[in-house]
Amino acid sequence: MMKDSMETKLDVDAMNVKFSARDVQVHYGDTHAIKDVSVDILDNTVTAFIGPSGCGKSTFLRTLNRMNDTIDICRVQGDIYLDGMDIYDPNIDPVQLRAKVGMVFQKPNPFPKSIYDNIAYGPRIHGLARNKAELDEIVEKSLRRGAIWDEVQDRLDAPGTGLSGGQQQRLCIARAIATEPEVLLMDEPCSALDPIATAQVEELIDELKANYSVVIVTHSMQQAARVSQKTAFFHLGNLVEYNDTNEIFTNPQDSRTESYITGRIG
Amino acid sequence: MSDITNNADTPRIVTSTELVAASLKRRRNKQLRLQMVGMGAIFIAFLMLFILVGSLVATGWQAFTQTHVTLEVFVDPEDIPADRLPRGDFDDTLEAALGRMLPGVDMEDRETARAVQGILSNGAQFTLRDRVVADPSLIGQTVTMKVPTSDPYDQLNKGLIERATPEQNRRVKDNEIRWFDTLKEQGAISKPFNLALFTNADSRFPEQAGLKGALVGSFWALLTCFLISFPLGIGAAIYLEEFAKKNRISDFIEVNINNLAAVPSVVFGLLALAVFIGWFGLPRSAPFVGGLTLALMTMPTIIIATRAALKSVPPSIREAALGLGASKQQVVFQHVLPLAMPGILTGTIIGLAQALGETAPLLLIGMNAFITSAASSPFDSATALPTQIFIWADSPERGFVSRTSAAILVLLGFLVLMNGIAIFLRQKFERRW
Ligand SMILES: Nc1ncnc2c1ncn2[C@@H]1O[C@H](COP(=O)(O)OP(=O)(O)O)[C@@H](O)[C@H]1O
Ligand SMILES: [Mg+2]
Repeated sequence: MMKDSMETKLDVDAMNVKFSARDVQVHYGDTHAIKDVSVDILDNTVTAFIGPSGCGKSTFLRTLNRMNDTIDICRVQGDIYLDGMDIYDPNIDPVQLRAKVGMVFQKPNPFPKSIYDNIAYGPRIHGLARNKAELDEIVEKSLRRGAIWDEVQDRLDAPGTGLSGGQQQRLCIARAIATEPEVLLMDEPCSALDPIATAQVEELIDELKANYSVVIVTHSMQQAARVSQKTAFFHLGNLVEYNDTNEIFTNPQDSRTESYITGRIG
Repeated sequence: MSDITNNADTPRIVTSTELVAASLKRRRNKQLRLQMVGMGAIFIAFLMLFILVGSLVATGWQAFTQTHVTLEVFVDPEDIPADRLPRGDFDDTLEAALGRMLPGVDMEDRETARAVQGILSNGAQFTLRDRVVADPSLIGQTVTMKVPTSDPYDQLNKGLIERATPEQNRRVKDNEIRWFDTLKEQGAISKPFNLALFTNADSRFPEQAGLKGALVGSFWALLTCFLISFPLGIGAAIYLEEFAKKNRISDFIEVNINNLAAVPSVVFGLLALAVFIGWFGLPRSAPFVGGLTLALMTMPTIIIATRAALKSVPPSIREAALGLGASKQQVVFQHVLPLAMPGILTGTIIGLAQALGETAPLLLIGMNAFITSAASSPFDSATALPTQIFIWADSPERGFVSRTSAAILVLLGFLVLMNGIAIFLRQKFERRW
């Protein structure tokens, strides 16, 4: 089985694969939340996870940076490779992994500190800057890439919690970028935002794919269609269909996918 | 709907609107009764508080002033020769000064002279001595001194001794009242703020007894209590809340910490007596031991408050930090703990306020000794505010009655202050997520 998945991995390496998951099972106590999911997530691509609520999108997303490790009752089985490296290997430190795989959450969660300190926190704990000037540079670069620099450049000392919801979320994206991750995981990053802020964040996601592999969980099919190139449809813990976003929305192979995108299950 | 109310006797149709109206009236009345009971309870609670504080103020306010006599003291080189300092007949000097103000009183009579001297507090001669020792050039000069009167004259001046009482039932005799009135007519009697209440330690004489020893003792005890219970309590709470696996053992520990918070304080006193003084041989009556004992009692309070404060930090902050690659320890110490700090401090101050008022354990470890000087270290013998109150309440002298109430008011003042700080912290730093 181990050998099997290694081979699969090698097959797709040529296609610029970032994450490859093989036969992943996740249990919360007795709840079987993810059943036998295998998927390859590409670099420089936005991958959308869609599906009815409770189908395991967040759970699967959180296996990719081992955030599920922080939940006592959660058990993950199967193999997940990041650039060919088994991230559930006992020698892998999840703390190190999370510096490489950034995460943005559903509700904007800036630290109750200044905007500057929000961004600088990650680089500080990972020792990415040797001096204040370098740190300043990282902060500015991250805020620029988070498309929020213009709005906050003259108030970096103001608390991050004082920003509007949309600004907070872009701050959180900038904060995740600041640790120079290779992958960005986003769990419904726009669900707490108004349409204008949503448009701004979507635009940002589109720009980010030039440098990162972005995985976004969304309950909005329009959003998936707008921002993603690949879409994975989950249903009751199963990965039902995974394909180019265009294909999923215009030519779904599975009847469950079709029902979902036409609004019959959801 | 309506047929449930139909029966053979009253074949009347009752609409549901009527039913609702009837039940609404019942519900309203019920609610009204409940409100009345609640308001009554609050009224009674406030009445009790008012009676408590009112009676304390009524008896205690007199202790915040002290009757003084202003004397023109001639520092007679015959009584107080410079070469014998600090010894000298300071009491005779004061007696002579009083005698000059009371014309017609036979100061040659030893008995009378002693009675006249009794107007002054026993401590007056030491005040004079200290002044002369500090400045020997006063010898041969006349100095103006304001000295406290002894307790009976203080009581007389404050109207606490009724002049109408028959002489044999009165502590101040008729001739003594005349002397006092003579002094008063000369404008020598005054009643300033009783600073000695805060600057003197305990004394056998009420007019000299102060709370300094108790305040200092309480300070050392609370400091010890804080330095021990704060770090230990927070450490235990962080471990239990953030790091310990939730299982039977952690449940067991949790239940026992809650139980510990409910153990009567006298039990902690007995424990401290046996362990700290009996086994470890620490000194009796020392605020350090008192502080250790109080720390035992304050720790559960701090643990419980800290855990609640840690719990109230939203998981989204932990996730944010974890998601950036912070280790568990960094999450706790760089994010959760700072955010929980106002809650922890509030709980700690409330715990310390409880400790400040604790009496029983301090009595058991001997912090109710009679000590006339303030402790200069936590290992010296001392009293604490509540035990000082206990001692004074037990003293037969009239002057201690009002001083007891005054000491209680001082203690209550500190408690109100500490709780006020706790409320201030809570409101200032309370965060809405
Ligand atoms: N922390 C948890 N503890 C227990 N069960 C959980 C937990 N998180 C999610 N689950 C369960 O796992 C399943 C998938 O949840 P989730 O991944 O959050 O779904 P989605 O994000 O697609 O709405 C659900 O049945 C949910 O009840
Ligand atoms: Mg979800």
